[in-house]
Amino acid sequence: MIASLEESREVRRSRGEPAAVVARLEEVSKSYGAIKALDRLSLEIRAGELLALLGPNGAGKTTVVKLLLGLARPASGRVRVFDSDPQRPASRVRVGAMLQVARVPETLRVREHLDLFSSYYPKPLAAEEILALAGLTAVKDRLFGELSGGERQRVLFALALCGDPDLLFLDEPTVGLDVEARRALWGEIRKLIARGKTVLLTTHYMEEADALADRVAVINKGSVAREGTPAEIKARTAGRRIRCITRLELETVLGIPGVIAVRRDREAYEISVSQAEPVLRELLRADTGLWGVEVTGAGLEEAFLALTQQENGKEE
Amino acid sequence: MATATSTLPAALETRLAYNFKLWLKEAKYEYLKNLRLRTYSVSVVVFPVMFYILFGLILGRHGDGPIRAATYLMATYATFGIMGASLFGTAAGLAAERGLGWFEVKRSSPMPPAAYFAAKIIMSVIFSAQVVLLLMLLGVTLGGVKLSLVCAVKLLAILLAGSLPFCAMGLALGYFVGPNSAPAAINLIYLPMSFCSGLWVPLMFLPRIMRQLGEILPPYHLSQLALGVVGAGNAEPGLKHWEVLIGFTLICLGIARIGYQRDEGKTYG
Repeated sequence: MIASLEESREVRRSRGEPAAVVARLEEVSKSYGAIKALDRLSLEIRAGELLALLGPNGAGKTTVVKLLLGLARPASGRVRVFDSDPQRPASRVRVGAMLQVARVPETLRVREHLDLFSSYYPKPLAAEEILALAGLTAVKDRLFGELSGGERQRVLFALALCGDPDLLFLDEPTVGLDVEARRALWGEIRKLIARGKTVLLTTHYMEEADALADRVAVINKGSVAREGTPAEIKARTAGRRIRCITRLELETVLGIPGVIAVRRDREAYEISVSQAEPVLRELLRADTGLWGVEVTGAGLEEAFLALTQQENGKEE
Repeated sequence: MATATSTLPAALETRLAYNFKLWLKEAKYEYLKNLRLRTYSVSVVVFPVMFYILFGLILGRHGDGPIRAATYLMATYATFGIMGASLFGTAAGLAAERGLGWFEVKRSSPMPPAAYFAAKIIMSVIFSAQVVLLLMLLGVTLGGVKLSLVCAVKLLAILLAGSLPFCAMGLALGYFVGPNSAPAAINLIYLPMSFCSGLWVPLMFLPRIMRQLGEILPPYHLSQLALGVVGAGNAEPGLKHWEVLIGFTLICLGIARIGYQRDEGKTYG
C-alpha cells in the first residue's frame, strides 16, 4: 500500500500530471463577530502533496484548518473533504490533526494517550509504529506533564497519526520550539511525506515552508495572495535583501522607492527590496559614508513580505 | 444468548465491539487521569473523611439521642462526599479541557462526544463509591454504627444513583466557568450548599430561616434518602425526594445542553 502510493507519487511527478484533489475550499467566507477571518478563499489540496499555508498571525490559517476538520462551518461557500462533509465521521476517520492546544491532560502516559486516540479509529496504526514515527519510543512511559516542549509537540503529532489517516492537518506544528526540536520534527514530517500522506501544514516560518512544501499558498487577510512551488513564489517576486551600515534614519530608508521592508539588525539595516540596483544607487547618493554592503537573493521570507506588502498596499 | 449474537449481522457486531472498546477506554483513562491528579483524587476523599472523623467520631461520641451522631453524620458526610466527587469530577475537567483546546483536539477525531461525557460521569461514580465505602467502613469499625449488609448495599445504591444529579450539575457548571477559575467557583457553590442542606451539622441545629432554605436544596433531599436507610430520615415519603432530584437533574442537563450548543455554535457558527 505504502510502496504503491509512493510509486504513484513518483510516476505522477515524472509525468507532471496533477494529482486528484482530496480536499477543497470553494469561495469560503467566515467571520468571528466583526472580524472577517476568511474572504472568499478557495484552496485545493491534492493527493500526496505537502501544501504549506503560509501567512502572518491572524491571516486565517487556523480557520482554514478548523473548516477542513469540520470544527467550524463556513458562513458562505463550500468545504469538501474526500468528497464529503468534513463533519461526517466517514471523513473524520481518514483525517488526522495536530492542533494548537494550550493544555493537554498531564497525568496520562504517552502510550496511554496514544492507546485512547487509537481506539477512536477503525483501523489504527500499531502503537510501536506510531511511537517510532513520532520519535517517542524512548519516552513512551512518561507522563505527559514530564515531557519537554519538543516531546509534547511530538505527542500531539503522534495523536494525528493514530488513525493512519490519508490526510493530515498540522497547524503550526513547530511553533515555540527551539531550532533543534524544530528540525527533528521536520524529519518526522518528511517520513510522513515518504509514506505518501497528504499534508496541509500551516506556518509563519518561511524557512519551514521552504524546507518541507511541494506547494505553498501565501495567505493574507483571509484570502490566498499567491500559490506555487517554493521556487515559483521566490522567482515571481524576485526579491533581494540588502544589508548595509548607514547613518540614515530607518524612515528615510523606508521612503526610498522599491523598499519593501527594513529591519534593524544590530548596527546594520536589513532592507528587503524588489530590485537591488536602484535602491543601492539611491542609498549611496543619500549617504556617501555607507559601508559593509551585502546583497543576497531572496529567501522565501522576502518573497512573502513582498507579496503581502503588495496586497496590503503598503508598497507605494 | 449465543443464538442472539449469531443472528446479529457481522458488521453490526464489529461496530458494537468497536464502540464498547472505545467507551471502555475513554472511561478507563478518565479514571486513571484523575486518580493520578492529586488535587482531585486526594481532596475528594480526604475532606469528607476528615470531617467525619472530626465531627462524627471524635466530637460525636458522647451523643446519646435515639440516633447516634456517628450514624447520622455517616449518611450526611457520604452525601457531602459524593457531591464533591461528582462536581469536581465533571466540572473541573470539562472547564479546563474545553477552555484550553483539548476538547477541540478530541472533537477533530471521530470520538463520539457522548463517550467523553459518559466517561466523566462513570469516573465520578467510581470515586463516589470509594468515598461512601470508606465512610461506612470508618463508621462501622470506629464509630460503632450498626449497619446490616442489606442496609449498606441500599445506602451505597441510593448515594450512587443520587450522585447523578450532581454530575449533571457539574456538566452544567463546566460550561459556564472559566478553565482556571473552575475549582474556586465549584467550591463557592459546593460548600455553602452542603452546609445549608444540613450535611455538616443537622438542619435541626440551624436557624429556622436556614432550615427553610435547606429544604429546597437538592443535597438535603439526597441526604434524607440516605438517612432514611439508617433510620434517621424525616417522615416525608421518599418519592418526593426522588422527584426533586430528578427535576434538578433535568434542569442541569438542560443548562449543560445550552452550554454545549453555545460552544458548538461558537465553533460551528
